Amino acid sequence: MGSITLEHVNKSFGEVEIIPDISLDIRDGEFVVFVGPSGCGKSTLLRLIAGLEDTTSGTILLDGQDVTDAPPARRGLAMVFQSYALYPHMSVRDNIAFPLKMAKLPQDVIDQKVDYAARTLNLASYLDRRPRALSGGQRQRVAIGRAIVREPKAFLFDEPLSNLDAALRVNMRLEITELHQQLKTTMIYVTHDQVEAMTMADRIVVLNAGNVEQFGSPLDLYKKPANRFVAGFIGSPKMNFVDGPEAAKHNAHSIGVRPEHFKLSTTEGAWKGTVGVAEQLGSDTFLHVQTDGLGLMTIRTDGDQTFRHGDVVWLTPDPTRIYKFDAAGKAI
Amino acid sequence: MARRVSTSTKVGFTVLAWAVALLIFSPILWTVLTAFKTEAEAIAAQPTFFPQNFTLENFGAVQDRSDYFKHAINSIIVSFGSTILGLIIAIPAAWSMAFAPSKRTKDILMWMLSTKMMPAVGVLIPIYLIFRDLRLLDTVHGLTLIMTLINLPIIVWMLYTYFKEIPVDILEAARMDGAELWNEIVHVLVPMAVPGIASTLLLNVILAWNEAFWTITLTSGRAGTLTAFISSFSSPQGLFLAKLSAASLLAIAPILLLGWFSQKQLVRGLTFGAVK
Ligand SMILES: Nc1ncnc2c1ncn2[C@@H]1O[C@H](COP(=O)(O)OP(=O)(O)OP(=O)(O)O)[C@@H](O)[C@H]1O
Ligand SMILES: [Mg+2]
Repeated sequence: MGSITLEHVNKSFGEVEIIPDISLDIRDGEFVVFVGPSGCGKSTLLRLIAGLEDTTSGTILLDGQDVTDAPPARRGLAMVFQSYALYPHMSVRDNIAFPLKMAKLPQDVIDQKVDYAARTLNLASYLDRRPRALSGGQRQRVAIGRAIVREPKAFLFDEPLSNLDAALRVNMRLEITELHQQLKTTMIYVTHDQVEAMTMADRIVVLNAGNVEQFGSPLDLYKKPANRFVAGFIGSPKMNFVDGPEAAKHNAHSIGVRPEHFKLSTTEGAWKGTVGVAEQLGSDTFLHVQTDGLGLMTIRTDGDQTFRHGDVVWLTPDPTRIYKFDAAGKAI
Repeated sequence: MARRVSTSTKVGFTVLAWAVALLIFSPILWTVLTAFKTEAEAIAAQPTFFPQNFTLENFGAVQDRSDYFKHAINSIIVSFGSTILGLIIAIPAAWSMAFAPSKRTKDILMWMLSTKMMPAVGVLIPIYLIFRDLRLLDTVHGLTLIMTLINLPIIVWMLYTYFKEIPVDILEAARMDGAELWNEIVHVLVPMAVPGIASTLLLNVILAWNEAFWTITLTSGRAGTLTAFISSFSSPQGLFLAKLSAASLLAIAPILLLGWFSQKQLVRGLTFGAVK
């Protein structure tokens, strides 16, 4: 079991309030991702749940039990750090066995569990090496192995993949998702990579300046962003925003159109513009179009388009997919 | 780009390095040589470099007059005892300063260091009176205690500097893995800080071994260490240079050997963190 509930959690470092007031309900077995810009308090929130930081006020419940004042060692959660945080003076075997030793399990049970974890994670041939002699990906696996052997109530990941190269990151992303499907244990995963967030999460918490902007499934956030911040943060490339008279036509303070929701024409349409940079990815082409009076817009088209720098194009937003926001940025 | 150094520059620096080393070493060398001379030769108006009449009689005479082994054992107990006691107190203290600092941590560190800036004689009378009243005068445990106290600031400072280099993530990982404070310190912090702890131990053993002021004022016959042993030869029956040299040689030999065998460790410890 591993449901996690935050009730009016507040955290300040001295005078500075980092997390004003967060309430969250994370269900048992859920894969929840915290995303948000750098410095918005993702790590702090995770560390509050872990017990590595004390809350200033508010309550944290684990399976309905108040753990607000419990030290990390008593919470039964496992954490994977961005820096891996392996014990450099211990072999891989001892690293993975460490939580089991702390739990005072008998040696034969420890050996069995370590061997099982090592086989699952393809670490069997490195068991006697020191962490220093492993690659980044292998170290990450050891960190995950150390987390899974003790069968925690929940896993906490703080940007575990950000030190890996792009290809390995995609691999490990799949491995972690698979691990979650296999173990069905609650996972909380912090990242600022929204592709990771969209692909891995059951539900996403979008954080901004210590506040929860929206908590919902990836598709919910994409299709029904609660406000302009979420609309701009989820989706890649970013949503295009238009203020002023064009927005007023739709009875909104501002409107947003995703790059993939435009019709493109060389002869007619709603907004006229000139192609600036065309980024060709093969499967897609991203056109950066300088529109007359509405600023720079990003348009996603298929990879066969052959627009060039300086071409004049007409853009027509898909009328059913225009997002409208009021003066405070809330979706209407 | 590799720096090009001409052969003559290299030779120049090598000669200079040897010259400095010899200059520093020469008093010790002279002591060693004198220890094997006769008294007459030692004070000769035109001294010879090497002993002309090589003799071991000084060592015998020194042992006869004042028990070398008793003093040596006292030295070992006091220097290792005080250092180990200091480490036991300082490791938790440095842990808290390095990993759970408060607003006052820097002030406390400075305050501890400031106690070393005061001349020891400043507190001679109070300490002497306290020792007298507690019946600690001329006892090995009393001397160990005072040695622990005077070296504690240095031990805490050194450990604090080494602990600062250890990523706090790793200690946090241990906490997440279910390690209580004791296990975190014993299984994670201390093994990672072994080089630092070892050089702290070595340096403080050497400091305590060579400490003379408190040793000479707070002990006499029973609890005296090797520093007291040497000083007993420099007075008052006139100068016996050869015997004094022999006594000095005997007193510094153990610590010199310790330093020799651990020099790699010492250098590594003292420059720890200087180069990342
Ligand atoms: N120990 C601390 N003392 C004071 N301020 C802190 C402390 N830890 C974090 N902060 C501040 O809290 C804010 C949130 O930090 P946090 O590490 O949670 O951000 P984050 O969302 O994880 O960012 P990133 O994506 O860059 O990791 C930052 O402004 C940071 O400076
Ligand atoms: Mg962070």
